[in-house]
Amino acid sequence: MGTDSAPERTATREAQATAIEDAKISVLGLRKIYGRRPDKALALLQEGLSKDDILRKTGCTVAIQDATFEIHAGEIFVIMGLSGSGKSTVLRCLNRLIEPSAGRVVVDGIDVTKADKARLLEVRRHKMAMVFQNFGLLPHRNIVQNVEYGLEVQGVDKAARRAKALQALGLVGLQGYADKLPRELSGGMQQRVGLARALATDAEVLLMDEAFSALDPLIRKQMQDELLELQSRMNKTIVFITHDLDEALKLGSRIAIMRDGAIVQLGTPEEILTQPANDYVRAFVQDVDRTRIITAGAIMKRVDVIMHPKDGPALAVKRMRETDTSTLFVTDASRRFRGVVRIDDALTLVRENKHSLEGVIDTDVPTTTADTPIAKLVPVAAGTAVPIAVLGEDRTFLGIVGRASILAGIAGEQH
Amino acid sequence: MELRIGEAFERLIEILQERFDPFFHVLGDGLTAAIRGLEGVLLFPSSYVLIGLLAVASWRLSGPGSAVLSALGLLLIDLMGLWQATMETLALVLSAAMVSLLLGIPLGIASSYSRWMERLLRPVLDLMQTMPAFVYLIPAVLFFRLGKVPGVVATVIFAMPPAVRLTLLGIKQVPRDVVEAAIAFGSTPRQLLFNVQLPIALPTLLAGVNQTILLSLSMVVISAMIGAGGLGEQVLKGITQLRIGLGFESGIAVVILAIVLDRLTHALGQSRTRPS
Ligand SMILES: Nc1ncnc2c1ncn2[C@@H]1O[C@H](COP(=O)(O)OP(=O)(O)OP(=O)(O)O)[C@@H](O)[C@H]1O
Ligand SMILES: [Mg+2]
Repeated sequence: MGTDSAPERTATREAQATAIEDAKISVLGLRKIYGRRPDKALALLQEGLSKDDILRKTGCTVAIQDATFEIHAGEIFVIMGLSGSGKSTVLRCLNRLIEPSAGRVVVDGIDVTKADKARLLEVRRHKMAMVFQNFGLLPHRNIVQNVEYGLEVQGVDKAARRAKALQALGLVGLQGYADKLPRELSGGMQQRVGLARALATDAEVLLMDEAFSALDPLIRKQMQDELLELQSRMNKTIVFITHDLDEALKLGSRIAIMRDGAIVQLGTPEEILTQPANDYVRAFVQDVDRTRIITAGAIMKRVDVIMHPKDGPALAVKRMRETDTSTLFVTDASRRFRGVVRIDDALTLVRENKHSLEGVIDTDVPTTTADTPIAKLVPVAAGTAVPIAVLGEDRTFLGIVGRASILAGIAGEQH
Repeated sequence: MELRIGEAFERLIEILQERFDPFFHVLGDGLTAAIRGLEGVLLFPSSYVLIGLLAVASWRLSGPGSAVLSALGLLLIDLMGLWQATMETLALVLSAAMVSLLLGIPLGIASSYSRWMERLLRPVLDLMQTMPAFVYLIPAVLFFRLGKVPGVVATVIFAMPPAVRLTLLGIKQVPRDVVEAAIAFGSTPRQLLFNVQLPIALPTLLAGVNQTILLSLSMVVISAMIGAGGLGEQVLKGITQLRIGLGFESGIAVVILAIVLDRLTHALGQSRTRPS
């Protein structure tokens, strides 16, 4: 068929439309130059000069070189990088707390970079709420007045905003603290107030700049758990900045790694760990506890030789001899997992002249799912001689994870 | 060749006088009315009533010790027969402080918005504070002749700088992330100023109010030289007529007034920093 039919064209257009809708925030060619002569610096950047050269020639700091990415609705998008790599600058360009030097930021179809004052206020009031590293609470106002702030500047009437604020305080577990002043609360509690303030406006996007970095490790972990718990109920789009890899891996649906104002890799935590784009990222992920991130699906091996229950034991013995193993995996005709047969059982069947494996399939073998982190598989693997079977939906047999692959996964080798 | 900066200055004053005479007239009348009005209010109740009121205010703002001190001090003034002069001075000081604050606080706010404004104001403020205060008597007298109004004008020039400076300082001290948060949640510049910057700057701003009032008080003797009256006039009489006792008593009255005003305004700043 040489020509597109009309329905097909509509279908592709719809597919494109959903792709764009799916991107809650699109960032296109974003650049930010600090200094007196940003246009000169931009031109030099275009010519391909390095950040250091530009600083030497113009005295301008290139904070963001060229950032293009999309943030999907409902994900926790983590931006990670060393100090000074431009994380905060990127985040503040999203709501134009910092004016970008070039590029576009589109939120829900609104071009924030082109928005006039009224539009920008609208975006800040209703689309995006922010949580700050040092909380940014108003010291002269009590907790509930702080939480109300976003609604107050919108002009929401007092009773309505008070109700909303108390509800948001409830979400973060601080109902009883409405009348306290910020300085009477611990750091962790103050940041909950910061979170409640962001939740109170019902903005769909949360911008969090190192929101948990100022907290003790224990409180920090607790806040991370709570954020994930809240997120599972509220389904916000969260842009989360951190320089802590463990935090990034724990929270991130996807992680963007920044270096010198550029995004050097963007991917899921697993992709970042298993396929670091360059030495910079590799150095970053070196010391991480991989066993909690890498999943069975990432290290499993496909199995080519599979038996069916109807197959004869002689065939099984032959296959085992060919592949030099003492067990084979058995699935039914639609690849649903049944169990394993062992060489001695197969040989017994041959001796007894039986024609099917049905009677000797061992169903009591360890199985797991593709998204199980290998930390959970280590004890299982230790207690069994048979590789662990990885099963998909409806117990479909996907592959196996042997002890060797688990160890290789922990060591960071790829296959 | 000799540079005639003085002559140029004279020319400038002349031009200003010619061009803006009606303006200075209106301004002068307004100030006169304000000072007279304030004097009227202060002298209307008996001295004991006012002493009582000030003691109560002192009690509420800074505790019983200050209240007793203020009451005794003011009683002493009354007993020395200087009540009338003291109230005239108080009216003058409060008028001057009020004008200083009305000009100084907005200027401080404006310079927090623009670096350019800040850079322009800084040397001017330095000049205003370092010039010998006597110099301000000259333009004040030229534009407003003799009396209380030029006294207030000279005092304002001298007492305004801390109002500007401490307003600016207070706003600059507001933590950056608090300002960022307010903007991020969609504050307009006006909302940012009134909901966030000014309330947080208030203690520092009130320290500016305190300094402005005390500097105003320090001008009483100088402004009395151009006929501003009040305690300053009594001090001058003490000097020129060699009435040492009167000079001394008036001096004490100025000190007492300073203590009372300082306690009141200082405590005002302190009480604002405590949770309400
Ligand atoms: N207002 C500013 N003026 C000039 N340069 C700035 C300014 N703000 C940031 N920079 C520079 O821009 C670069 C990126 O800064 P940014 O604050 O975005 O980094 P970051 O990744 O958030 O770092 P950190 O982890 O320390 O918060 C840095 O080199 C920094 O020095
Ligand atoms: Mg930062």
